Amino acid sequence: MRNVMSNKFVIALYVLPALFLVLVLIYIPIVLTGYYGLMDWDGVGKMKFIGLENYIDLIHDPYFWASTWHSILLALFSVFSLLGYLLISLVLASKIKGANLFRKIYLIPMLLSSVAIAQLWSKVFDPNNGMINSILSALGFENLPLWLADPNIALYAIFIPIVWQYAGFYIIIIYAALINVPDELIEAAKIDGANTLHIAFRIKVPLISGVLKVLVILAVVGSLKYFDLIYVMTGGGPNHASEVIASYMYTEAFGKYNFGYGSAIGFGLLIISMTATWLIQKMLHTKVD
Amino acid sequence: MKKQDSIGKRIGMGILYAVLVIMAIIQIYPLIWVFELSLKTNQEVFGMSPFALPKDPQWGNYLKAWTTGGINKYFMNSVWYTVVAVLLTLILGSFVTFALTRMEWKLKGFVLALFMAAYMIPLHSTLIPLFNIFKHIHLIDNPLSIIISYTTFNLPITIMILLGFYQALPREIEEAAVIDGCSVHRIFFRITLPMTSPVLVTTAIINMIYNWNEFVFVNTFISSEKWKTITVGVNNFVGQYLTDWGAIGATLVISILPVLIVYLFLSDRIIEGLAAGSVKG
Repeated sequence: MRNVMSNKFVIALYVLPALFLVLVLIYIPIVLTGYYGLMDWDGVGKMKFIGLENYIDLIHDPYFWASTWHSILLALFSVFSLLGYLLISLVLASKIKGANLFRKIYLIPMLLSSVAIAQLWSKVFDPNNGMINSILSALGFENLPLWLADPNIALYAIFIPIVWQYAGFYIIIIYAALINVPDELIEAAKIDGANTLHIAFRIKVPLISGVLKVLVILAVVGSLKYFDLIYVMTGGGPNHASEVIASYMYTEAFGKYNFGYGSAIGFGLLIISMTATWLIQKMLHTKVD
Repeated sequence: MKKQDSIGKRIGMGILYAVLVIMAIIQIYPLIWVFELSLKTNQEVFGMSPFALPKDPQWGNYLKAWTTGGINKYFMNSVWYTVVAVLLTLILGSFVTFALTRMEWKLKGFVLALFMAAYMIPLHSTLIPLFNIFKHIHLIDNPLSIIISYTTFNLPITIMILLGFYQALPREIEEAAVIDGCSVHRIFFRITLPMTSPVLVTTAIINMIYNWNEFVFVNTFISSEKWKTITVGVNNFVGQYLTDWGAIGATLVISILPVLIVYLFLSDRIIEGLAAGSVKG
């Protein structure tokens, strides 16, 4: 058994192709991003080494910090909305009729591409013919908001389709954790006289805290690297009002051909994501395995 | 007392159900709305309430999107990129998971950590170097760049989902096979792989959804119309025909439909896979 199942040649044959791809397409590029950040480079011509100039510019770049702030706002918002998902999951998991159907319906937006969602919601937000302003004007409101075209509103308007897209995903995961809570514990608590709220928040929620911690990390990291929907809906505009780190990087590199500076932003994104993951793990005393 | 309790309980349940139903409507109505939009004329879109049903369904909008919009070409590209990448990911992911869970070697903890950590790396931080690497090996504007990117970036989640399943497989059959003189390849292809087929289906669907919806790789690495996928094609089409809302609606419906149909038949599998993959992540 040992000889057959520890055949070095077979192990290499099975592991190396995938490992090669992950090293060459994920790990080497991560290192290169930091390196390209040291260059003045338009993506076509020769790279010119300029030391830390891009990184120093980045630290003094108000648009970078604005987009970082927007990403952090989105992260806070996503974590906050986990509370709502938890409440809905608690209701669904309390063995009510139709729970399965509800969670299946809630997940549907998650299956669509961000591009389709972005186009769909651009139409919903359209100031003249969109669904939202039609409802508002039917209710008698005047001076209707321009939504995505208004720099004061655009970022917050985009939060709505993001919540819409991910609600079902978080709900099914919390639900799955909740229905795995052993019935005996709940029965025992009932005999001891605990009411529904007690059972929910003193027993069920603490028991699934591991899953909730993972979801907090997923929500934060997902928010920090959020890109597609914002890029398609507003391109980060108007005037950077809805810019996030990834959209800023993309526009600098592939829109303005500042590949050196774009790389510095990409490296900044990596540092911020890793720091956030590390901080949350510290704060929540958890380990992702 | 008892009766009051049950009335209170009923009202409470009524409110809870109302909340759940309203949320279900919010989650699904925009899709119904886009379907209605796809059957409207511009006059109906601009002249009437967005909630009005289409009077005379314009199925021609679909034909317009499919042929003049070039959606047919994008659609077929999406199909074959998705299929090839899913197959590659499943086979490579199964190999690795087999070696990680069933075989004995020193570095396996480290290698597993490498795959798991890759899941937390923001792919946008890899995009500029990837573009440059593909340019140097002449894979820019080549479907291969898309297929190998899809395969690689889906490997971590695929391995995560497979891992739990592999760990739960009984070892007795393998042991018996070894005693009978089976080679490792034979064990993998004849015994383990067939036993994992249920989880492979789940993983395949989740991979399929990710690949079908992928945007940033195609938008960055592909420039020719003939190699674009439906996700990027939809975006371009909408950019070019900003005024024809009916055709835009039809394009969106076509891009959404394959995933919705798969979900209709296999929703439990998808839910199970998403839950398994993310909670371990």
